[in-house]
Amino acid sequence: MDEKTVVIEMKDIVKKFGDFTANDGINLTVHKGEVHAILGENGAGKSTLMNVLYGLYQPTSGQIFVKGKEMHFNGPKNAIESGIGMVHQHFMLIQPFTVTDNIILGVEPTKGLVVDKKTARQKVVELSERYGMAVDPDAKIQDISVGMQQRVEILKVLYRGADVLILDEPTASLTPQEIEELMGIIENLTADGKSIILITHKLKEIKACSDSCTIIRQGKYIQTVRVADCSENDLAAMMVGRAVSFSVNKQEQEPGDVVLEVKDLRAKDYRGVEILQGLNLTVRSGEIVGLAGVDGNGQTELVEILTGLKKAESGSVTMLGTDIFNKTPREVFQYGVSSIPADRQKHGLVLDFSVEDNLILQHFEEEPFSSRGFLNRGPIRSQASELIEKFDVRPRASELRPAGTLSGGNQQKVIIAREVTNDKELLIAVNPTRGLDVGAIEFVHKYIVEQRNKGRAVLLVSFELDEIMDLSDRIDVIFDGQITGEVPGKDANEKELGFMMAGGKKA
Amino acid sequence: MKKKFNLFEADVFYTILAIIIGFIIGAIFLVIAGISPAVAYGKLFSSVFSKPKYLIWTLIYASPVIFTGLSVAFSFRTGVFNIGAEGQYIVGSLTACVLGILLKMPPVLHAVVCILGAALAGALWSFIVGLMKVKRGIHEVLSFIMFNWIAFYLSNYVVNLEIIHKEGGGEATKDVAASARILFPQAIIKLTDCSAANIGFILAVAAAIAMWIIIEKTTLGFRLKAVGFNRNAAEYAGINADASILTALSISGALAGIGGAVQILGMGGRLSQLAAQEGFGFEGITVALVGSSSPIGCIFSGIFYGAMKYGGSKLTMVKAPSEVINIIMGCVIIFIAISHVFKALFNRFSRKGAK
Repeated sequence: MDEKTVVIEMKDIVKKFGDFTANDGINLTVHKGEVHAILGENGAGKSTLMNVLYGLYQPTSGQIFVKGKEMHFNGPKNAIESGIGMVHQHFMLIQPFTVTDNIILGVEPTKGLVVDKKTARQKVVELSERYGMAVDPDAKIQDISVGMQQRVEILKVLYRGADVLILDEPTASLTPQEIEELMGIIENLTADGKSIILITHKLKEIKACSDSCTIIRQGKYIQTVRVADCSENDLAAMMVGRAVSFSVNKQEQEPGDVVLEVKDLRAKDYRGVEILQGLNLTVRSGEIVGLAGVDGNGQTELVEILTGLKKAESGSVTMLGTDIFNKTPREVFQYGVSSIPADRQKHGLVLDFSVEDNLILQHFEEEPFSSRGFLNRGPIRSQASELIEKFDVRPRASELRPAGTLSGGNQQKVIIAREVTNDKELLIAVNPTRGLDVGAIEFVHKYIVEQRNKGRAVLLVSFELDEIMDLSDRIDVIFDGQITGEVPGKDANEKELGFMMAGGKKA
Repeated sequence: MKKKFNLFEADVFYTILAIIIGFIIGAIFLVIAGISPAVAYGKLFSSVFSKPKYLIWTLIYASPVIFTGLSVAFSFRTGVFNIGAEGQYIVGSLTACVLGILLKMPPVLHAVVCILGAALAGALWSFIVGLMKVKRGIHEVLSFIMFNWIAFYLSNYVVNLEIIHKEGGGEATKDVAASARILFPQAIIKLTDCSAANIGFILAVAAAIAMWIIIEKTTLGFRLKAVGFNRNAAEYAGINADASILTALSISGALAGIGGAVQILGMGGRLSQLAAQEGFGFEGITVALVGSSSPIGCIFSGIFYGAMKYGGSKLTMVKAPSEVINIIMGCVIIFIAISHVFKALFNRFSRKGAK
């Protein structure tokens, strides 16, 4: 890192949306060749700050300097011209186009009237080699892995001449191996004098690759620290404003009877490809079974079948001995399956409904919430108030607020409140902490473990290996539509699991 | 949870603003046509407000469009788009007319049977479209528009059947039996001096209240809205989405069908051969939009539309084209549709002012 050259300086940035202040006097200084992490809880104002830097928002007040010169960005185009590039969490690539086509889109080099693809391809290859990315310039996006797609996004930004790269939650959908490779790429970039602004919730990654870290809490600037001087616990405490416990408090416990039993389950995905190829799985009461696997190996389909959203081809699924194979969501729920869905906005909540209405989504036709076809607002309201308090949904008194106006973490708390209150024999939790900050994660984990301690069966599906390892009593690895290995939760190690997730057999 | 009332956030404000702008643009066209807007608008207002009788006529004109407005509003609130209210209105009026001519029943009961028949016909007309949507994935907007035309030609066919058609020529049906009419008792008709004074408006208000109760207070409304807002989450929570869509469309169709019955049993008394679609269903879209899809809002916007239609029909007396009404209503719709642009402008303006 070059301590002397400041490339980005944001001074006293204030951004208001109506009455709401998203950024309240934030300072950020990024040096040449450093990795600067921005840390903050969900809704702390990280994305707003980055959108201001990237020109998507104009600050209400405050100044932005790029290499010492004050800038007024009217749009991302201005920011890109000043050498700032952003890699969004959700990739913006055209699937049937090649890597090169995607990278040059919008800034195509031309020879007369035609696109000069040869020169473009040459430049892509050069960039890719320079930073050790090993991207095939002629591959189509639809044929390459998520990790490769991310590299294409990074190349896109570099191709446009960026010196400062904003990476928004870059590891959210990567496997452990891909994360490690990304860290290598980040190292190569900074060695070449590029600066990286890293937005992440993951303290481990901040510790692993960042030089400095700016902490934001509730829109306010807290401080900027040298990462080497802080422990993960320090960082978490600064972010949340209180001490946070990482270790999941979990007593040893003998699992009880079999609750869910899946035998030889076969199913096709939407393309008609056999995605589940004879899957066997058992979950007992009082245990958390973690399902580890790289996305696309059949987890999604398995959960859809278990929750009644999708029909399987063959096999058997039983809940406490009762056949629930290919039943409807309603029936499955009545037989004792509740779930925290992977996509909270698509399956978990009706965003236009109030929080109290979302909390009765499965029960609105039952006493005391309704009688003779009419809703009883009294019991609905009092249940909502109780759950909002108990599950720490913020803001308080949000019974009547549309669920869509809550932050992601608080939306998730509403779902968890509902599903945990259902208290069914089996809880299926799919990526239950995706996009949540450490405070909220701690909270969600506490309730999942509580269900287990009460003797409920829990099936945990997550792309976060740490989460699987922290919570599970038993870990099943899913690969290519089958369970290919099983390890006890307490002596699982990341390397071994990663190897098994990639199709390797347990040594 | 008390919220400070903000004029610039309220839908009503933008609706009224849109209406004012509509009138201003209408005035511009009147000036271009060489007619004094003051004279034309004066006539428009005096032909609605100058006598109690005119006000009653306004309500008579309003009743069917309140029903079709409620029909469309109900579909909006439950996440489907009923652009077929026109067809449901036609089969409703046809059914009411046929039952009114052919059945021999005591008064009141006869009218009730005709109205229920019309509701059923409208519901069925909409249900079939819904069935094609949920079973075969056919987009409802397409089939609704085709069903509008099927209803139109079906109506013209039935009107010309021998037992329905008026004896001795003409292009209309026989008169509906007096027992099926929903006119006010003679005493009131004499008192108001309005030959077509009928209970249609009272039925419309009752329907609006019933719809409000269904949407806001019942588990049925909860289910329909859940599916309308987020079908995936509703299904995930165990709600049968297909059944909900069919229910929503049937209720919506029934409302439009009753609108047709009210027009025939109240004002018309017979059904004419149609030269073109009369547009009651499409006017329902306007009424629903102006009324912000709220049942109570639809009553007021329906009265407004009724007044414009009734007052507009008198404009020829001052040599002003009644089409200016269509221009005004068209502008109102456009400005309501882009009201969020106004909202953003006002917000920016007020923020600057606050600085």
